[in-house]
Amino acid sequence: MELYTLTIHQAQEKLRYGETTSVELTESVLERIAQVEDKVGAYISVQEDLALQMARFADERRATGEDNPLLGIPLGIKDAIITGGVPTTAGSRILEGYIPPFDAATVARLRQAGAVFIGKTNTDEFTMGGSTEYSAYCLTRNPWDLTRVPGGSSGGSAAAVAADEALGALGTDTGGSIRQPASFCSVVGLKPTYGRVSRYGAIAHGSSLDQIGPLAKDVEDAAILLGGIAGHDPLDATSLNAPVPDYVVEMKRGDGLKGLKVGVPTEYFVEGMEPGVKTAIRAAIDKLADLGAEVVDVSLPHTQYGIAVYYMIVTAEASANLSRYDGVRYGLRQDGVDMWDTFRQTRETGFGPEVKRRIMLGTYALSAGYYDAYYLKAQQVRTLLRRDFEQAFEQVDVMVAPTVPGVAFEIGEKGDDPLQMYLIDVLTVMLNLAGVCGISVPCGFSEGMPVGLQIIGPALGESGILRAAYQYEQVTAWHKQKPGIG
Amino acid sequence: MKYQPIIGMEVHVELSTNSKMFCGCSADFFGVAPNTHVCPVCLGMPGTLPVINQKAVEYTIMTGLALNCQIQPHNVFARKNYFYPDLPKGYQISQYELPLCLNGYVDIETEESDTPKRIRVRRAHLEEDTGKLTHVNNHSLVDLNRAGVPLLEIVTEADIHSADEAYAYVTKLRQLVRYLGVSSGDMEKGAMRCEVNLSLTDPETGEWGTKVEVKNLNSFRSVRNAIAYEIERQTKVLSKGGTIDQVTMGWDENRAITFLQRTKEGDTGYRYFPEPDLPPLDLDPAWIEEIKTGLPELPDAKMARYTGDFELTQKEALVLVEDRSIAEYYESVVAVAGDAKGVTPKLVSNWVSGELFRLLGESGRNIADVEIKPARLVALIELVNANTINQPAAKKVFGVMFKSGRPPQEIVEELGLQQISDEDQLVSIARQVIADHPDPVEQFKAGKETVINFLVGQIMRVTRGKANPQLAEQALRELLQS
Amino acid sequence: MAKLSLEEVETIAELAKLTLTDAEKAMFQEQLSDILEYAEMLQKIDTTGIPPTASAIPLKNVMRPDVNTLSLDNEEALFNAPQTDEGSFKVQAVLE
Repeated sequence: MELYTLTIHQAQEKLRYGETTSVELTESVLERIAQVEDKVGAYISVQEDLALQMARFADERRATGEDNPLLGIPLGIKDAIITGGVPTTAGSRILEGYIPPFDAATVARLRQAGAVFIGKTNTDEFTMGGSTEYSAYCLTRNPWDLTRVPGGSSGGSAAAVAADEALGALGTDTGGSIRQPASFCSVVGLKPTYGRVSRYGAIAHGSSLDQIGPLAKDVEDAAILLGGIAGHDPLDATSLNAPVPDYVVEMKRGDGLKGLKVGVPTEYFVEGMEPGVKTAIRAAIDKLADLGAEVVDVSLPHTQYGIAVYYMIVTAEASANLSRYDGVRYGLRQDGVDMWDTFRQTRETGFGPEVKRRIMLGTYALSAGYYDAYYLKAQQVRTLLRRDFEQAFEQVDVMVAPTVPGVAFEIGEKGDDPLQMYLIDVLTVMLNLAGVCGISVPCGFSEGMPVGLQIIGPALGESGILRAAYQYEQVTAWHKQKPGIG
Repeated sequence: MKYQPIIGMEVHVELSTNSKMFCGCSADFFGVAPNTHVCPVCLGMPGTLPVINQKAVEYTIMTGLALNCQIQPHNVFARKNYFYPDLPKGYQISQYELPLCLNGYVDIETEESDTPKRIRVRRAHLEEDTGKLTHVNNHSLVDLNRAGVPLLEIVTEADIHSADEAYAYVTKLRQLVRYLGVSSGDMEKGAMRCEVNLSLTDPETGEWGTKVEVKNLNSFRSVRNAIAYEIERQTKVLSKGGTIDQVTMGWDENRAITFLQRTKEGDTGYRYFPEPDLPPLDLDPAWIEEIKTGLPELPDAKMARYTGDFELTQKEALVLVEDRSIAEYYESVVAVAGDAKGVTPKLVSNWVSGELFRLLGESGRNIADVEIKPARLVALIELVNANTINQPAAKKVFGVMFKSGRPPQEIVEELGLQQISDEDQLVSIARQVIADHPDPVEQFKAGKETVINFLVGQIMRVTRGKANPQLAEQALRELLQS
Repeated sequence: MAKLSLEEVETIAELAKLTLTDAEKAMFQEQLSDILEYAEMLQKIDTTGIPPTASAIPLKNVMRPDVNTLSLDNEEALFNAPQTDEGSFKVQAVLE
């Protein structure tokens, strides 16, 4: 068996018992990348030498008796997350060649734990997109069907994990950017509660919505990675000061899913959902019931407004977050006739069409005369959406739904209609708006393409969704299926 | 003058915290090598986040209380969006709809009236400063040491009506922030910066003129001069039947003129919205109360106490109150004096604003470095009161105390400055003086009364200044009349 | 709601410091109008008395002590800058 096929917890076992080393593991992953990367295109950049150096260092640490679940584990880091000393582009031309002088808080924690960074995974430019087609650097293909998108914006991370080009990866999720590609690529993706994981070093998209989270080969790995990055950070004023439980221990508690109350939000079985997706989800819900969960219908009545609310808020925040790219202190500069013209030319040249579209929309939503009608209104409806969730979680422990109403689409299929692209996020954006947590786990296939089950928990309910996902995984084998690639 | 100036002011005060508003970089920027007090946060690097400096909030509340503002319990920071090379994030974190301080006032002294004039403060809010642009040859240089330094913006109502009032207002503001210790208030170093909104109203028609903004006022003098200049300029234009454009003017300190400045984006373009990176502040009333309790006594209250309890004149009180550390020194001396032996607050005031100020001025030293312990100044005044030394000798002693901090008694003995109050001794000296100066004595006897001063002076000369002048004169008169 | 005018598109572009090509202007005029029309559905909801949600979490009063932390040195600060001069970021002349 090739080492690159291992999960994190399997690899950890082998490292612990001296059956392999981090260097061997890392070399194996790098070989795998050499084999499949030209087909998959998961990475914007691979730091081979650096990775091996980190692996050697991890082996040295282990030799001194050190041990922790991430020591020596090769991971991919989404290129929208800051890695000190390593180029970080957010998939944008405007950050080409940018080498940050600091680590994201999550990256610093992983570095501290002794993880090995393989490279920076592809992303839609500034994480704005659902297909990773909007990266300025490379095209990522779905390992299950190379003519299809891997989803996005963490498409690089999802494809890398699915194709065994990393044992696990970090992604960012503003409206579904971890869960949707996880669903499309048949891997596990978890979006933590807003504030559970520090945003310091996550290149901002929608500041009130962004979270960093893991993409993993199975639920246990997701739990390990979450444990490695969660916790309070004084550098992020929106980070929660709540203790971090041992998620691996927590998720294994209980007898099956006995005593767990699972809600099925009726509004999430939207019109136009692919029949194969619906079938897979219904079957998954039956499995949860078999495990002892009590399944009931719940209602989230303002669901239909989610996309409209989300795009007003996220573009408004993004329009401001992207103002710093002016060619003065870092990144691209395109000189114009005067200083103002240089600002315009730099941004015109450096940003791709989707980013410009969102900056335009957000600028409009915030401008005088429209603020109340769009931004403020959206924030008020956001309150109603949050209340929907609060009320539902008074009745149930977790909710389940599809992650996406469909499966991975063809590359180029939705390119010219932004609104259609936005509507894909319909079932994921709600969690970001409400600030709650969710996980996508593989639950079958529709027409040969993976389907993900979304398990939704209340604020700081990560242990609960991990438990449901873990128990489900124990009685299914979807996560063990591997794409053929090619 | 025909037109009535209507002036509102915006003053930006740099708060003297250790660190910047949203990151741990040093907030010092004056005279610091460019771009050395910067970090990923204040450089606006991707992925960085702001965290509020608690001290800056505390300083703002202190200032708000001193400005008699209502401190707003619910506070939200907002992003003010505009592009400029000195603004790293492309937005400034400021406060918009929910500022920290609202509806206050400042009382200023004016020449025209004995009662102070009230200038209403509309709001005071906390924000971050921008960097600094320097123009060299054909390009500009951006230094971001100042970017992110906490900045307090204080906005008045249009209650100011002359250059002098504006001057008095900013002077008072500087005094307040210095009293509070929240800012150096140093305009020359950019710690206080003024913008003026000025329009001229025709008192006959009551019509308000067009508002003109004047920026770049970087010294107290320029505040006064720029306003005076702009009033004159607009008056000329209006008198000739011209109209005033709504523009932003700059002030050219060297040429002493205002000039038309290109404006940044209009107010409608700022697209304010709540800063999502910063949770709101819901200030604990107990904290505000604690800050209030900890406030130092402010100049207005001191003035009242000095002119009341201490029976100083307005003028005497004013010079002592001007600077908080002077006032505190003065009060510590008064406190030590207590009710003892006629060392009145007035006498102390004479010493502090007389000899002490003179020596501070000559030596260039600061009140904080003065080594004269309050009890020793009291002791000196007591020596005078007890006629142990006379006034000129006391000044000499004070000079030595200023240099060394030594006790006055010791200095008096060492220099042999004890006043000669022994009447027999003085009579014998007077006799000698009379014998030595027959002509003046004749003149005195002929009725030229003022010659007595000459003769007293001779006694002082003989005794090297130690004679008690009153007793010396008395001795002379007795001898001359007998 | 009416379709965005070309003028409005240009105004927004200037606020956002983007120079758009004519093709981009036309495209954005169309697409933004579509999205805004879609967002019109929010106007139907009665939000009287509903407070806005600026953040999904109930945090407040998050402040840090006034303590100095390490700054970058000048070289690190300017490392990524496209143009520098005299320890500073260099830009074209800014007319006040």
